[in-house]
Amino acid sequence: MPGLITMDDLSNEEILSILDDAERLLPVAKGDHYLPLLQGKILGNLFFEPSTRTRMSFETAMKRLGGDVVNLGDVKTSSVVKGETLFDTIQMVDGYTDIIAMRHPRQGAAQYAQDAARVPILNGGDGAGHHPTQTMLDLFTIRQAHGRLDGLKVILAGDLRYGRTVHSLSHALTRFGCELIFASPELLRMPREIVSDLNAHGAKVTETEDLLGSIDTADVVYMTRIQKERFADEDEYAKVAGAYKLHASNLEGSKESMIIMHPLPRVDEIHPSVDATRHARYFEQAFNGVVARMSLLCRLLNIEVPASIGGEA
Amino acid sequence: MSQEHNMRRVTAIRNGTVIDHIPSGQAMRVLEMLGINKGTSVPVSLVMNVPSKKMGTKDIIKVEDRELNQDELNRLALVAPDAHVAIIRAYSVAEKLTIELGDEIVNVVRCTLSNCITSNLREPLAHRLKIFSRSPLELRCHYCGRPQELDELANNVL
Repeated sequence: MPGLITMDDLSNEEILSILDDAERLLPVAKGDHYLPLLQGKILGNLFFEPSTRTRMSFETAMKRLGGDVVNLGDVKTSSVVKGETLFDTIQMVDGYTDIIAMRHPRQGAAQYAQDAARVPILNGGDGAGHHPTQTMLDLFTIRQAHGRLDGLKVILAGDLRYGRTVHSLSHALTRFGCELIFASPELLRMPREIVSDLNAHGAKVTETEDLLGSIDTADVVYMTRIQKERFADEDEYAKVAGAYKLHASNLEGSKESMIIMHPLPRVDEIHPSVDATRHARYFEQAFNGVVARMSLLCRLLNIEVPASIGGEA
Repeated sequence: MSQEHNMRRVTAIRNGTVIDHIPSGQAMRVLEMLGINKGTSVPVSLVMNVPSKKMGTKDIIKVEDRELNQDELNRLALVAPDAHVAIIRAYSVAEKLTIELGDEIVNVVRCTLSNCITSNLREPLAHRLKIFSRSPLELRCHYCGRPQELDELANNVL
């Protein structure tokens, strides 16, 4: 496996095996055990657009495993601002590092970088395209809560048009036979080509503008942020965004085991009253970014994760 | 009107290439895709909207003193996939070629997604569109995966 550009680069068996490794790495991610599996390895963090969680969790993952990280730094002060092509940047970083994590505002940038590089590329988001490492941590969180990935009923809500996390996640969930409900305003519906691909793979997909209608039967509610700048005027935004807010009182009839996820940052689509409910999983989800990325770094660098870590079999 | 009559609308050529069965109205684009529309000194004859039994109407192009090769012809897969091509030597058909649609169309057109990494024309890697389905023809960008609108693609010829 050269890199991870889209979820199509992983078979279902590989996904499950990477999640198994991630589970065993939990004590390492928490700092309870030091396991320098990646000592001597260097990760190049190339973030051409802002990132907090993805960049920091890659850095934490590498360091928890004894590896090192070099950062592109602020794009405004790097050679990118002088007009350097992505190809040239990749040629340079490829020589400095063993693996590259990259986020770029343009779609296709991760595949382009992989074609230009010798080392594996981990796609940390390319425009409105894919975000497979987020999907891996999302799958980890779902499996942690439900003990399985198959046959779940998952609501994906909010900005499904531009939200790359939901694009990658919906592909992966379809492969595990989940039932998907896409709840979004008309303007921010899941792109047609994605829905048609999902249908071609036998997906059970329902599209609706009503978030709350099926919340009582859902196993997972995956919320995303609706960005103001997508709308022509503020009134329209306010009207639409108001319909995609969750409050603790909306969850009274839901299944006990239902979890609420969010790739973060949230603005006001999840009211703080939800934080204290048993359903809230978004902060654990953010933590799981470390363990999922630890597992992916090991896999892509061909480093085997021991079957037993810290005395646990 | 017969096929022969169509062909005689312009003089027979001694040596060169005849491209027949081009969909009506696409001849100019074919010339563009072959790079024959500019900076070329060879005589080119073009017949448009002539009757065709198979197609209703069609366009025909004759390029003198130049034999197009298979790679050049394959560039036409997007606009004239069913075109018939004849290489003419000494007024006779020396070779017949058909346009082949491979697995990928490389450096012929660029992706129609304005936010695709390949829209920065300074990026040096090849423009690659993969054949996702042959019938109906569906192409997707190798890099961003975006399905391509064939009408829009015609405006993105490199």
